[in-house]
Amino acid sequence: MATTDMRAQPLPEDTVVKAAASSGKPGRTPPRSRLARRVRENLVAYAFLGAGIAVFAAFSWYPIVRGWLLGFQQVTFAQPAQWVGLDNFRRLFADPLFVTAWQNTAWFTALALVFGFAAPLATAVVLNEFRSARGYLRMTVYLPVMLPPIVTMLLWRWFYDPGPGLFNNALEVLHLPAQQWLESEHLAMVSLVLVSTWANMGTTTLIYLAALGGIPGQLYEAAELDGASIRQRLWHVTLPQMRFILMITLLLQVLGTMQVFIEPYILTGGGPNDATVTVLLLLFRYAFVYNDFGLASAMSMLLFVVLGAFSLVYLRLTRSNG
Amino acid sequence: MALGLTACGGSSTGEGEGADGVVTITVNDMPPKTQPVDRKIFEEDVKAFEKANPKIKIDPREGQMDPKTFAAKLAGGQLEDVYYVYFTDPAGLIERRQGADITPYMKDIPYLDKIRPEFLDVFKGKDGKIYGLPNGQYSLGLVYNRDLFAKAGLDPDKPPTTWDEVRSAAKKISALGDGTTGYAEYSKNNQGGWHLTSWIYSMGGDVAVKDGGKWKSAIDSDAARNSLRMLHDMRWTDNSMGSRQLLEIPDVQKMMGAGKLGMYMAGPDNVPTIVKQFERACKEYGVAALPGQATLGGGNGFMFNPKASPEKIKAGLKWLQFKYLNPDRTEFNDKRIASNDVPIGLPLDRLYTDDVQAKVDAVHAKYANVPTENFRPFVERNGTLEQKVEPPNAQQIYTVLDGVMQSVLTKKDADIDQLLADASKKVDALLATVK
Repeated sequence: MATTDMRAQPLPEDTVVKAAASSGKPGRTPPRSRLARRVRENLVAYAFLGAGIAVFAAFSWYPIVRGWLLGFQQVTFAQPAQWVGLDNFRRLFADPLFVTAWQNTAWFTALALVFGFAAPLATAVVLNEFRSARGYLRMTVYLPVMLPPIVTMLLWRWFYDPGPGLFNNALEVLHLPAQQWLESEHLAMVSLVLVSTWANMGTTTLIYLAALGGIPGQLYEAAELDGASIRQRLWHVTLPQMRFILMITLLLQVLGTMQVFIEPYILTGGGPNDATVTVLLLLFRYAFVYNDFGLASAMSMLLFVVLGAFSLVYLRLTRSNG
Repeated sequence: MALGLTACGGSSTGEGEGADGVVTITVNDMPPKTQPVDRKIFEEDVKAFEKANPKIKIDPREGQMDPKTFAAKLAGGQLEDVYYVYFTDPAGLIERRQGADITPYMKDIPYLDKIRPEFLDVFKGKDGKIYGLPNGQYSLGLVYNRDLFAKAGLDPDKPPTTWDEVRSAAKKISALGDGTTGYAEYSKNNQGGWHLTSWIYSMGGDVAVKDGGKWKSAIDSDAARNSLRMLHDMRWTDNSMGSRQLLEIPDVQKMMGAGKLGMYMAGPDNVPTIVKQFERACKEYGVAALPGQATLGGGNGFMFNPKASPEKIKAGLKWLQFKYLNPDRTEFNDKRIASNDVPIGLPLDRLYTDDVQAKVDAVHAKYANVPTENFRPFVERNGTLEQKVEPPNAQQIYTVLDGVMQSVLTKKDADIDQLLADASKKVDALLATVK
């Protein structure tokens, strides 16, 4: 076992060198043998590529295709699957919760953009101004990302508890009326967004900090010489310089937040009165509570199409800026 | 890797009968190692069974049927030959043909004809065939904290028998203050819908009724209105249900275990769970029958892998009878577990017809290690209540009723008539898919 490893390791470097050498002499050898030689020389690279593709095919692409097929089938796994055409989609559109779930998801995404987009940016701008304790502050901001989600949710469940919870106790100290954080139809979604933002903003903050560090200092110096105020510097230098990063994180955030599941699953179960039933929560119920995999797959296809549209925008943006 | 997959994949279907005629069956419900006493008992039973049946080998697995993994296990050939289910599962499993028909193999097995027909009905398909066997049963009642009853000036030996009495008791208990809740109710993950169904039954109503061969919603009714009105008033007028809502089973059991809850709706089986989990004494709790005229019953049992061969089904039936449906071993079992803190004497699992049940009860009474007098209010009244089962498409209907329960418990100005009218429409749509 050990000897194989030893022998296999130097090969990739070797190949890179040879490949670079051969590409330096175009047209000297007949095309067919050149191809054969290149294949031979890059055998290890192809092996790595093949393994990667095989893993993706088996665990990602095949399940996706299977999922699509399931969307047009009725399956019990005990009998052969039955083709039912568009029946699953018809049943999906007939479910009164279908529209509710999409509305709730859109509402969550919109709220998450308001909180989740502004909060990390503001935090990054403020943190960037600190000259000392930078490492400590960055770690503090990133800490919630490292907590297992279930711990975060249980912690926040206590924050939100209308009786002994932290938030209502704080409000009481301030002589403000107690809130039904998770029990009110109007507030429940906002409460979920707060948890989600707190738990996830660390990563985005670090990305923004890196982007802020990359803005050339001369730009600020020039702006200062021209008498620009802090706000003007932020508006005319910082934001335009970060435009690309902001766009990317915006799209990634939309992709991420539209798949919100764990917050409503743990904290509200979709309630009160379906106010926090999201697309993924409904999909989960179809598949794992009602055991209706056809319906769940049809729903996931729709979600795939919507997310795919956002991904296309993302790809186009990264390509044009890359 | 390929080898490993094949090895796993083929474990529980057609094969399993060796050349020597030995049949190997996979079964679940083996207690985890974290429950050493239960685990040891289970392992002893496997050995005893294999000794008595040298041609059958048991391959036991931990766990029970989980809707989250069931389909994947079935699709991947990993489903046990004999698997544990709750009474809510068989209807859907049978409809989707995810269980095997066991009718032809039942006649030679002792005591199977002594199971009460209403529990066998849970495992009966629309074709009249039987697809599984029950092994445990409960009726919902009221679990209550006897100490809090006494503290609030109520008689712990005379728990409420009407919902009005429940309401006034809850009010007195929550008046004790210090975070004490009088009555708590579930309203999350379909458990609110499940309990609301029981409320409606107890008030004399129904959730779904069959009308000319078709199922229809029955929830837009006075029984449902009265249930919701009562819950609403307890929550908002009396403030006896606490302010935290969207509760589910573990939340409420925790409140009961912490001594901060007066009453909640549950079967007697909840008492040992609370006692064990929160290190309480059994005598602190009492169980009353559900107020009103009917209650919701539930339970658990076993079904068979649809791909299991007849030999395996026969072997599985023998195992189930030996391990779970064996009045001849009641005395041996009670003796064995009496010294191990396993509760004996709870008013549960009354599965047999009267003649056999009386014998089993007599043995349990002899070895009882729980204060049976605390369960007397349950035993005495529960027998007079109509025992009802869950509606068809129970989980989907419970999702709808969960929303109704949540609205009433979280919205002071909830419009009960409107809620019921809307829910009724949704339930009708769900029931339209029942064949």
